[in-house]
Amino acid sequence: MPEVAVRELTFAQAVREALAEEMRRDPRVCIFGEDVAEAGTPFKVLSGLVEEFGRERVLDTPISEAGFTGMGVGAAMTGLRPVVDIMFGDFLTLTMDQLVNQAAKVHYMSGGNWKVPMVLRTTLGATRRSAAQHSQSLHAWLSHVPGLKVAMPSTPYDAKGLLKTAIRDDNPVVFFEDKMMYKLKGPVPEEDYTIPFGVAEVKREGQDITIVATSSMVQVALGAAEMLEKVGLSAEVIDPRTTWPLDEKTLAESAKKTSRAIVVDEGYGRYGVTGEIASVIAEGAFYSLDAPVKRMGAMHVPIPFSPPLEDMTVPTEQMVFEAARAMCGKG
Amino acid sequence: MSVATDQARVVDGVKAEQWTRIYRRMVMIREFEEQVNELYTRALMPGLAHLYIGEEAVAVGICEALRRTDYITSTHRGHGHCLAKGASPDRMFAELLGKEAGYCRGKGGSMHIADPATGNLGANAIVGGSAGIATGAALSSKRLGTGQVTVCFFGEGALGQGVLYEVMNLAALGKLPVIYVCENNLYNEYTHYSETTAGDMLARGAAFGVHAESVDGQDVRTVYGTAQRLVGRARKGEGPAFLVCNTYRYMGHHVGDINREYYRSKQEEQEWKAKRDPIKNFAEWMIAQKVADTAALEEMHKEVRAEMKAAVEFAIAAPYPKPEEAEQGVYA
Ligand SMILES: Cc1ncc(C[n+]2csc(CCOP(=O)(O)OP(=O)(O)O)c2C)c(N)n1
Ligand SMILES: [Mg+2]
Repeated sequence: MPEVAVRELTFAQAVREALAEEMRRDPRVCIFGEDVAEAGTPFKVLSGLVEEFGRERVLDTPISEAGFTGMGVGAAMTGLRPVVDIMFGDFLTLTMDQLVNQAAKVHYMSGGNWKVPMVLRTTLGATRRSAAQHSQSLHAWLSHVPGLKVAMPSTPYDAKGLLKTAIRDDNPVVFFEDKMMYKLKGPVPEEDYTIPFGVAEVKREGQDITIVATSSMVQVALGAAEMLEKVGLSAEVIDPRTTWPLDEKTLAESAKKTSRAIVVDEGYGRYGVTGEIASVIAEGAFYSLDAPVKRMGAMHVPIPFSPPLEDMTVPTEQMVFEAARAMCGKG
Repeated sequence: MSVATDQARVVDGVKAEQWTRIYRRMVMIREFEEQVNELYTRALMPGLAHLYIGEEAVAVGICEALRRTDYITSTHRGHGHCLAKGASPDRMFAELLGKEAGYCRGKGGSMHIADPATGNLGANAIVGGSAGIATGAALSSKRLGTGQVTVCFFGEGALGQGVLYEVMNLAALGKLPVIYVCENNLYNEYTHYSETTAGDMLARGAAFGVHAESVDGQDVRTVYGTAQRLVGRARKGEGPAFLVCNTYRYMGHHVGDINREYYRSKQEEQEWKAKRDPIKNFAEWMIAQKVADTAALEEMHKEVRAEMKAAVEFAIAAPYPKPEEAEQGVYA
């Protein structure tokens, strides 16, 4: 059979394709958010959807994050499958009651009588020169709450597959897209596929050290792995893809094999995703570890605007490379 | 500056020199913003900025009615508010470029300029994000008996945020000296306000017993006159007000919003610029009233432009903060 070249899409196009395919498949799927219709969001991720599906299904809202997220919860309980758009992850703070006290608890608190099949798509990631209220990565907050699922795609392929899974899930899912990754290209099959939640992917195999990375930090970890290869170290890069459910087994197995692990995530380190994953590894691979698991996250400050300062706040390939090399005793 | 006319003369209850100062402030804001746009197009400015061009009469008319010690809170489209309250352009440009000499040591950028010396509690990049802060400042002034008034600037998009109604209720209950100034420039980003705002805007304030009115935000004299009255009420303890200023932004939502025809027509933009320009119309009035002559106004434009250019040069030459700065100031 002749080999078919795999089509490449950007991360943004992959998100849009997943939405369009799900909206064609299921008329209950609809989108609410600010400037989602003709504007297609400020990041242009949704361009073209209103033209195909109309303004009833791609609904521009007022700047009322708490209100329309709550509306998403109620609509999800009663027959629609809304995908709520929160432009910047920083604005999640405004939706917190709706997500944490309402969406996350409805199924359990009602003894299973009600379901909330809602997706809330939002963004994370710094270095866009947008200062402290438009640069945060707040996914740890939601990962903390029982009843919510949290997906964090790191490639266009994962974005399409994970978003389809999110839309088909009967639970509230918070879906984080790295806004600096929207233009990243990668292979995305045209056909329908889903990626199960709670299944990590080994993005690169290695023997000497495990680097667990999420979302924006996966590319950084892969870059660091290449640098490590040049100094004779083989790094295994693992992307959990969902912070909840979390594939604890794959993470621990890898650390058992390599005996060292670094966790890199763009959220804050303190009480964060890196801390959780580090302890999962410590518990699951304790007797195989040669060193304490290292955590690398955003610097513990509100993200500064000034470019030279902002660039210091996020882990880079160089920082991960140096940390890994030091852990392997070749520092 | 050369001003040919008698500047001590009183016209419409205000000295000519004050009208001239008001005019100069509006020109300053426009020229400042032109330079910001230039910095963006020359790729000298990190990130984006939301320009205030077209809306100058609102900030200037309101702030002219305030004392230096009165408070303001501002928005993502905040350069005009800062300048109108008395901030200096060189330190503002330095902030926009992320330099140490900036008002926030480069850590805030365009959307977060704050300046205690001029009563500026800060610009805010969260729509509606400063409504609580403004109301709290008014509570302090009342409790501490300082006589200060607070103006909370926001765009009509912020009418979508529930917090605004919570604080209006609080302000009315406490008779707080705060004025909620809604700059209705017709668009919430790329969506016309009529698609996001149901019912009667003013009724939203009136429902809480907050004094509510609207003005032509392109007419600096009306804005100033109204602001004087509302600030006077607030200062006397007569309570909060909600003022809708009808205005228009000439440029994109931000400097990168160039192709706008999918949400508003070029013709609409042209009409506002041709018929309702706050600077042009005020200049015509000043000339007709012999508050100034054409030559003096032209001269003023030149001077202000040169000042703005010098301020930009200062900012470009200024150093970035030192790396240690990143971790400083998280806590007081
Ligand atoms: C809570 C919140 N939601 C969304 C945004 C994104 N956003 C920035 S400006 C803007 C539109 C604001 O419109 P308006 O309040 O009318 O102010 P204008 O830009 O017209 O001056 C939006 C939606 C934000 N900054 N904060
Ligand atoms: Mg507006």
